[in-house]
Amino acid sequence: MKSTEDRILLAHGSGGRLSHELVQKSLVPSWSNPVLNRLDDAAVFKLSGRLAFTTDSYVVSPIFFPGGDIGKLSICGTVNDLAMCGAQPLYFSVALIIEEGFRLAELERIVTSIKEATEEAGVEIVTGDTKVVPRGSADKLFINTAGVGLIPEGVDISGSNARPGDKILLSGTIGEHGLAVMSQRESLEFKIPIQSDCAPLNKLVVDMLAASPEIHCLRDPTRGGLATTLNELATQSKVGMRIDEENIPLQEAVRATCELLGFDPLYVANEGKLVAILPPTDAERVLNQMRQNCYGREGAIIGEVVEQHPGRVVMRTRLGTSRLIDMLSGDLLPRIC
Amino acid sequence: MKFIDEYCNVELSQRLVERIRHKSAREVRLMEFCGGHTHAILRYGIRQLLPPTVEMLSGPGCPVCVTANADLDKAIALSGLPGVILASFGDMLRIPGSYSSLQKAKAEGADIRIVYSAMDALRLARENPHRSIIFLGIGFEATAPTIAASILEAEGERIDNYYVFSIHKLCPPVIRALLQSGEVKLDGIVCPGHVSAIIGSQPYEFIAKEYGIACAVAGFEPLDILLSIDMLLAQIESGKPEVEIAYRRGVRPEGNLRAQEIMGQVFETCPATWRGIGEVPQSGLRLRQEYQRFDTEKAFYVDPGPPREARGCLCGDILRGVKWPSDCRLFGQVCTPEHPVGPCMVSSEGSCAAYYQYQSHEAALSK
Ligand code: SF4
Repeated sequence: MKSTEDRILLAHGSGGRLSHELVQKSLVPSWSNPVLNRLDDAAVFKLSGRLAFTTDSYVVSPIFFPGGDIGKLSICGTVNDLAMCGAQPLYFSVALIIEEGFRLAELERIVTSIKEATEEAGVEIVTGDTKVVPRGSADKLFINTAGVGLIPEGVDISGSNARPGDKILLSGTIGEHGLAVMSQRESLEFKIPIQSDCAPLNKLVVDMLAASPEIHCLRDPTRGGLATTLNELATQSKVGMRIDEENIPLQEAVRATCELLGFDPLYVANEGKLVAILPPTDAERVLNQMRQNCYGREGAIIGEVVEQHPGRVVMRTRLGTSRLIDMLSGDLLPRIC
Repeated sequence: MKFIDEYCNVELSQRLVERIRHKSAREVRLMEFCGGHTHAILRYGIRQLLPPTVEMLSGPGCPVCVTANADLDKAIALSGLPGVILASFGDMLRIPGSYSSLQKAKAEGADIRIVYSAMDALRLARENPHRSIIFLGIGFEATAPTIAASILEAEGERIDNYYVFSIHKLCPPVIRALLQSGEVKLDGIVCPGHVSAIIGSQPYEFIAKEYGIACAVAGFEPLDILLSIDMLLAQIESGKPEVEIAYRRGVRPEGNLRAQEIMGQVFETCPATWRGIGEVPQSGLRLRQEYQRFDTEKAFYVDPGPPREARGCLCGDILRGVKWPSDCRLFGQVCTPEHPVGPCMVSSEGSCAAYYQYQSHEAALSK
């Protein structure tokens, strides 16, 4: 039995006995699979076809938030990066950078949530690393994950593929992750019933591709929110975009919180949503398929790609006026007044 | 966006716009006091909906923008004192002072932390008993009560390393100062939203009574703003100025009495210097005698040198409503949100930032 007070020591990262114990007892059993269990210096496996490969580092603070934690996020984020290229994510690496003094019990919670996320997404952790840094050199826990996936034949998804006339689909309500993380800051003196939307979207993408292999672009609107993602796609594809505020799904709690803090939900981060751009003929079919999946239930067609104003996104507001949607400049900060 | 509520209803807003168009035969000049309102008006394209007879001016309601350089310089100097952690709202960090900014001071090694509220700063004080935590207390009546509460909490817990640099400002006195100067002629004022949730609508009565100017308190949703404009026009039309509330879900005439009480317990009014406006009597808040041990002015001494204004920056005039961002030769050329010359281009409530973000783009789109 471990006491709740057990903490990570610098020695846990020294490569010596404690390091081994940590890996053998706390990590490997939870993430177990034949490739990982060999514990060689590198993972060895066979893959053939078009590969997608990506990496990302996760430094979210606080590490636990409503609807998820840094562990779940570190898997879902990398799964989604692969899925947004149309790839089926397969093999992952996980590297932990732990601050000395971190509670072992919290580490175990995170290891478990990593395991749950990999199971849901159907990916395997085949290699990893653990480092412990002196107190103050890191904020509790940083995680880096990398992943490879296979892109099926016939799939050609890229941010530069949007064409005038294409429809823009959004898989659900926006703004939850950003607000859920922020709500955990002790200082925000209101409790909001908002959960992070953090989720692996690879199966949703498989469903959507089954409905139409013609999907031109996929992207998950994470940091910078929907506004920034649409701007990136418009710039990359050299097209304009028109979206309709009334069609963008939004939870009432998110709307109210954004009003209070002076945020625009279009700029608030998501971790379980995607934007898809595809030919108009397939839009309804993909939308229907999307809504069958638990992560696309509130999917909607929010606008279309146009030839005019390349690189710019214009929104028809709910007042009937038009507004240019720019990228986020600086940080999202609550208003003072 | 997809939700049903009365204050974002498209149909309702269209009816309001129709009414506004009907009412405004003569030219009227309205001021939206809050920077938050300026942003909402531009963001939702409310100007596109208003008839040309209705002119909207931005007011001084941006707490970051009205902070005088002398105060900002002092904050920067305080952050450099040994053993000090300066806690500030994020919006302050990029504001250029006379010689530097908090952001630059931070990069050069000052321990400056971004907080979302005074309670965050108080937590820093608990966690760092051997450091002095200075909270940069800026804002209007909407933020002052939380800061007062943090001081009461510090007192209760006998925390002795928590200090507040109070450069709070009060809205009604500055409105009086603007009107008294006679520099801008106004027919109506869209009064602050969150500030009024604390102080209520009564403190604006003098505007209607003494100056004959229409008043409506508004929230930050587009429909709130349209409703307030509609109310103002009706008052102007009937020649009966008063103070109305277009933000019932947020504001009561008497305000939040508990918050007022806490504020009054900890703070007393004092003269304050506003950027562009100068010293305004009774428009600032300082700690009362009993709480002076939390006052940075008493505990620390710094001399940041004489304040300087950025050459060519019209922020001061813009805050008084006598100039527009487009009047500034630096606007959009030398001065941008990425490379700000004045505070109005940095703050999320600043006029120049709002015009830059929304309007310069309108021009780009119509090309
Ligand atoms: S554009 Fe820049 S320099 Fe000009 S008034 Fe605004 S903030 Fe000052």
